[in-house]
Amino acid sequence: MTSEHASPTRLVYLDHSATTPVRPEVLSVMMPYFAQAFGNASSIHRWGREARVAVETAREKVAYLLGAEPSEIIFTSGGTEADNLALRSTAYRLRSKGNHIITSAVEHHAILHTCEALEKEGFEVTYLPVDKYGMVSVERVREAIRPETILISVMHGQNEVGTIQPIEEIGSLAREKGILFHTDAVQSAGKVPLKVKDMDIDMATISSHKLYGPKGVGALYVRKGVRIAPQITGGSHERGRRAGTENVAGIVGFGEACYLAEREMAEESKRLSDLRDRLINGILEKIPDTVLNGHPTKRLPHNVNVSFKYVEGESILLNLDRVGVAASSGSACTSGSLEPSHVLLAMGIPHELAHGSIRMTLGRSNTVEDIDYVLEVLPPIVARLREMSPFSAKAN
Amino acid sequence: MYNDKVMDHFFNPRNVGEIENPDGVGRVGNPICGDVMQMQIKVKDGRIEDIKFKTFGCGAAIATSSMVTELVKGLTLEEAMEVSNKTVAEALGGLPPQKMHCSNLAADALHEAIKDYLSKTSAPK
Ligand code: FES
Repeated sequence: MTSEHASPTRLVYLDHSATTPVRPEVLSVMMPYFAQAFGNASSIHRWGREARVAVETAREKVAYLLGAEPSEIIFTSGGTEADNLALRSTAYRLRSKGNHIITSAVEHHAILHTCEALEKEGFEVTYLPVDKYGMVSVERVREAIRPETILISVMHGQNEVGTIQPIEEIGSLAREKGILFHTDAVQSAGKVPLKVKDMDIDMATISSHKLYGPKGVGALYVRKGVRIAPQITGGSHERGRRAGTENVAGIVGFGEACYLAEREMAEESKRLSDLRDRLINGILEKIPDTVLNGHPTKRLPHNVNVSFKYVEGESILLNLDRVGVAASSGSACTSGSLEPSHVLLAMGIPHELAHGSIRMTLGRSNTVEDIDYVLEVLPPIVARLREMSPFSAKAN
Repeated sequence: MYNDKVMDHFFNPRNVGEIENPDGVGRVGNPICGDVMQMQIKVKDGRIEDIKFKTFGCGAAIATSSMVTELVKGLTLEEAMEVSNKTVAEALGGLPPQKMHCSNLAADALHEAIKDYLSKTSAPK
């Protein structure tokens, strides 16, 4: 386990929930919009018109992924901005109607920290607990609803443990009660069907770089009839809902990525979930004292999250990195923090197990050989760390 | 984020394991992150003759455990008590700021092991 691994025999990227590479097809449609078709989509001349056509075509493609109307898509700088826009716009606009927001304990920080900021401004937020799989219960949502509730925001696919939330039921409950429903679909879009019209979704956040598009662009779907108060003010871009000159090349790439994702979803999801199950079953078989985090079946097709008793996540990641395998522990955004993941803790996973969790998220480049390579290198890493662990003293 | 020296101690930790019939044992938990470290020492003529560790923790925790064992082997107990988390971090060529607290573990576990030894030997029988 020393220098023979200095240059790994194989490189396996298993961190697709952190970000994905830009697909070559996506990159090639973006290229003209940097230097040649560089116009400002708001300009009247031919350069501007060309950019405008590109942006609107991309909007149609994003809408196609979601089963929405193009006019219902607002481009943003990414998922975080779209989450902020959904929450803040709704909160500020409906303040006179009520000050209560319902969300879950396992949301991404883009939602949680925005909710905390809104609490400081006088809003009340209910953070719904989850079960041991990280699942929000519709009944709990129902119980939490008050006359002052103006918004429910529950994510679709959980980013750390992959659990798919019952957003259809939550959506229809919200609709029945006349409350707006937002879902952060950053992790699920392009992986599992997300048809906003069938799911009673009023607002949905998606992000380009999680589905093989470029970074720095995302979108908020806003159902026709739901008003949006811009949180970034300036020009009248995005029909007055989000100011700022459009990131034309980024938007074009995002559109293409959405289109390809929708077209290939059924096939690719099947392929990924087979690989996922191969990895999960292999790990559980080969490594004792290991638990799967998240729901066994209601799960994103590309997500694997496991806890190894007696060992700590970062130590595993460093060892995996050395043999060419990229994984993460908790969410990439929180890797600087020391607290075990808020998601695992909300699921009631004991502190020590939460500490020993790693997430491996699959993507287009991964093959059966990749999975088998991980299954070959991971068990000795865990075994070696366990030998060093004071908790498993009896185990050797 | 870690330098080469830290990575070396992480991947090739010195003195991992347990001592049979140790003279002193220190086991400490890091209140910040929940990680745990155990140090065992063998003392001869007032000097640390042998030392072994076991650690449940991050890369920095393992590297600092390893470094501390190297630093104090052969030192007198008084000298070993002087070894602080700063000494360890410096010997490793520095740690990322958010990982400085990890080095507390190693120094604390060492000091606990020494105190354990002293309390056993000075305790009237
Ligand atoms: S994070 Fe716990 S010891 Fe470093």
